[in-house]
Amino acid sequence: MNQVSLKKPIRKRVMKWVVVAIVILIYVWAFWGAPHIEIKDSAKQALKGIFSGFAHPDWGYIYDPEGEDLLRSLLETLAIAVLGTFISAVLCVPFAFWGARNMSKNKAISSVGKFVLSCIRVFPELIMALIFIKAVGLGPFAGILALGFHSIGMLGKLFGESIENTEFSAREALIASGANKIQTLWFAILPEVMPAFLSYTLYRFEISVRSATILGIVGAGGIGAPLIFALQGHTWPRVGIILYGIVVMVTIIDVISAQIRKRIV
Amino acid sequence: METVKPKKTKIKTLLTIVLVIAIIWGSIINTQISLSTLIQGLPNIVDLIKEMFPPDWSYFGSITNQMLETIRMAVLGTTFGGIIAIPFALLSSSNVVKIPVVYQVFRFIMNLIRTIPELLLAALFVPVFGIGELPGILAIAVFSFGIIAKLFYEAIEAIDPGPLEAMTAVGANKIQWIFFGVIPQVIAHYMSFFLYSFEINIRAAAILGYVGAGGIGLVLNNALGFFQYDRVLTIIIYTLIVVVIVDAISNKLREKLL
Repeated sequence: MNQVSLKKPIRKRVMKWVVVAIVILIYVWAFWGAPHIEIKDSAKQALKGIFSGFAHPDWGYIYDPEGEDLLRSLLETLAIAVLGTFISAVLCVPFAFWGARNMSKNKAISSVGKFVLSCIRVFPELIMALIFIKAVGLGPFAGILALGFHSIGMLGKLFGESIENTEFSAREALIASGANKIQTLWFAILPEVMPAFLSYTLYRFEISVRSATILGIVGAGGIGAPLIFALQGHTWPRVGIILYGIVVMVTIIDVISAQIRKRIV
Repeated sequence: METVKPKKTKIKTLLTIVLVIAIIWGSIINTQISLSTLIQGLPNIVDLIKEMFPPDWSYFGSITNQMLETIRMAVLGTTFGGIIAIPFALLSSSNVVKIPVVYQVFRFIMNLIRTIPELLLAALFVPVFGIGELPGILAIAVFSFGIIAKLFYEAIEAIDPGPLEAMTAVGANKIQWIFFGVIPQVIAHYMSFFLYSFEINIRAAAILGYVGAGGIGLVLNNALGFFQYDRVLTIIIYTLIVVVIVDAISNKLREKLL
């Protein structure tokens, strides 16, 4: 007995030092290969351009009655985020039930579901957008589909976890009184997970708005395309106004969404 | 009263649903999506996926360097961002800095920084620092600074005020107060947020190369440009493996921390 209680702390201490040693090794390796900081002559010019662009943004770009302007592109970005979130909120439901541990008797089923969800989650949105561009062409539709599918991974995981956290009492009472599977789902599980589900969906919407701003880099609609053109052409006043626009839009969405989420939960 | 309240919430729910449908409807009109385009285009996706198989297994060996570069970008970026986040988080906590103006200003700066996606930061840094790892590391640093600082200040605000009051009572100065009262209570949280941010950054680092910021994304961009879809799939699989391993290790460590 005495030996056992002595052995454990030693093993733990050794483990701790092993972790520390590994972390130190990782850092030595990382700094060894770190790039040298060299500022080229062109960097100064670029910096100057960026600062003057941010100080004097291209205000005329905000609204242009004919042709592309900032407001229209931002609106399209928002629309992509809205529809992408909506699609994933619908599609994630079966995945969430598939991955929830307490929904199936066989543990292997939920493990496979969780694995599928994490595969979807780590598949980069941009590549998904490129794949969908092949199908529906350049434009916002590809962005919507990419966001819609990519977000299933995160929403399915979060939603599945809240299903796992549901209380059994309501479910058992319904089963005991002879409710079938669909009835228990509808009257016991859904009312319990609904607030969490709505809150997660809104949270994902906040993230999707940010993602939608970059999808345009590969041609999947939204503000990203004019931004990348402005960056490549070094038209810094245009870059400045677009970045300001993104910051303002994301901030407004975050504030509104946080207010609503506070009320839901 | 009892009959009025449910009616009110009912109307509210109805209005919310109508509003949500209106927003979705407006978005559909704005983006002009149609199901028929998708159905017509589906064969193209099938063709693309066919081209991806089988993945170019021999390519694994030649992109290991870029993969390591990606990991290094995430390690260095997260570290720099995490270090800068500490003073910012302390200055944003209302129980450390008791002057509302100060912590409000720092929180405002943090929130602004958090609104800009990593890829945009990288795209902005590339013209200044040139194509390579450096703009990627900086973009990751700025981005993880935003995440870690926010989570960390929220953790600091939630600490137990007891030890702090006791320290003030025995005459500790502000520095002692932070080091012996605040830090020990939140260090585990900080490590956990750091690892969490590292997980996100590994994923982000993998695509930053798309705008020229180093790592596996550069190779990906080339493979896409030359329509070498079997190589694209190899890169994706490689990234998935690394991300899954990093996530697993990080999750284990975080479980032990908290």
